[in-house]
Amino acid sequence: MSRRVRIGILTPTLLALGALFAWAIAGLPAFGDYRGPYGLVLNRVVVPLRHTTNVVMGTTFDVRGVDTMGEEFILYAAVVGVTLLLRDEVRSRQAERRTQRLRSDAVRLLGIVMIGGGLLVGLWLVSFGYITPGGGFQGGVLLAGAVLLLYVVGNHRDYGPLRRQHALDPLEALGAGGYVVIGLAALASGTAFLTNLFGHGKAGTLLSGGSIPILNWASGIAVSVAMLLLFAEFLETYVVPLEPEDSGS
Amino acid sequence: MLATLVPLQAVTFGLVALGAPLVVLTRDPLRQALVNGIYGITLVCLFVVLQAPDVALSMLVVSGIAYPLVILAAIARSRGEDRKKERDGS
Amino acid sequence: MSYLPYAVAAWICLVGIAGIATSRNLIHLAICLTVTQSSSYVLLLSVGYVKHGKAPIFKGIKLGTTAVDPVVQALTLTDIVVSVTVVALILALALDAHRLSGTVDPDGLADIKG
Repeated sequence: MSRRVRIGILTPTLLALGALFAWAIAGLPAFGDYRGPYGLVLNRVVVPLRHTTNVVMGTTFDVRGVDTMGEEFILYAAVVGVTLLLRDEVRSRQAERRTQRLRSDAVRLLGIVMIGGGLLVGLWLVSFGYITPGGGFQGGVLLAGAVLLLYVVGNHRDYGPLRRQHALDPLEALGAGGYVVIGLAALASGTAFLTNLFGHGKAGTLLSGGSIPILNWASGIAVSVAMLLLFAEFLETYVVPLEPEDSGS
Repeated sequence: MLATLVPLQAVTFGLVALGAPLVVLTRDPLRQALVNGIYGITLVCLFVVLQAPDVALSMLVVSGIAYPLVILAAIARSRGEDRKKERDGS
Repeated sequence: MSYLPYAVAAWICLVGIAGIATSRNLIHLAICLTVTQSSSYVLLLSVGYVKHGKAPIFKGIKLGTTAVDPVVQALTLTDIVVSVTVVALILALALDAHRLSGTVDPDGLADIKG
């Protein structure tokens, strides 16, 4: 299909789609005029029932916990897919030999400060995710970003061993599998899959929400390790040396 | 009935509506990665004024860390391969 | 004015699709896909917005205060995670296509065989 034909098809299609959107929007309640019962119900029942002050996280890990498990496995499948597509042992070893150090001390210092800050904020986002805004996903990506900064500011080897010894793979399994184990534990105790088993604690403290903190940490680990593995596949396999002659040592 | 859209929300909706075509029309992937980051920030602002701090944080880490790293690595790789091909060819 | 948020979501979606269809670079195409997907975040959060509602986090505000819908926010979180994984996979496929065909132009991929 030539480019011109494609644009010729695109224009009327977009117009038709736009008309359909307009039709659909006309049937929606006006902005701010919320009618659905679920949000109102959850806002009233989640805090008394689960003692998690962040209702969004209570919804994510309890009310629709099975969906979140599916989401984790989407992430897991994506990591497996990217790894299968990109992992190439020979190329990876070549790139490793040729990677060079970052030369500017000022940039490296900034990076080191950011690693500390990133790790701290990331851990805070995960651990307080079900009390204040945050959660396993947001904190997990930030943690992965902070660890990846090591790769930028330090030598390649600072990050390399983590990858080579495949320490990350079992961690990813721990994160994704931990979620399922919590669900199965509920099943084993005679209730439905992923039923909240544990005591709910005092609202607004770290000891609240029953299984929610555990699921939150499981997904935090799964997300941060998945991000590291994704980036590792892209970066390690694909490091392009700035100066190819700077090889060795 | 009074307008339910407060001015701040209207402005951020406008910024997002402007940002999307800018990202699409930036044809060079490297520049586009940058513009996409700015578009991400406008989305973060929008989510904050729509009272969704969790989503805003999530968008912040995604548009600030996840997208740029993956996109930049992909660009570096595709350019590096082109360069290698040129070297081998010449 | 009260339909502007939905119109913005529809606009972003159309713009993103146009970008995907006219793209000449697979990496550009992947970013356009994230733009298209961002329309769903805007739509979901707009639908769940309650007039004068607060964020659904009852730390510091009293239980029973009018708050926006937490369900759509949880859905949007999932949406964003999925978007990252989709982009990573598409970029990996784009790089694979680039290795096989030597081009990142989608129109150049017709030559790949097998």
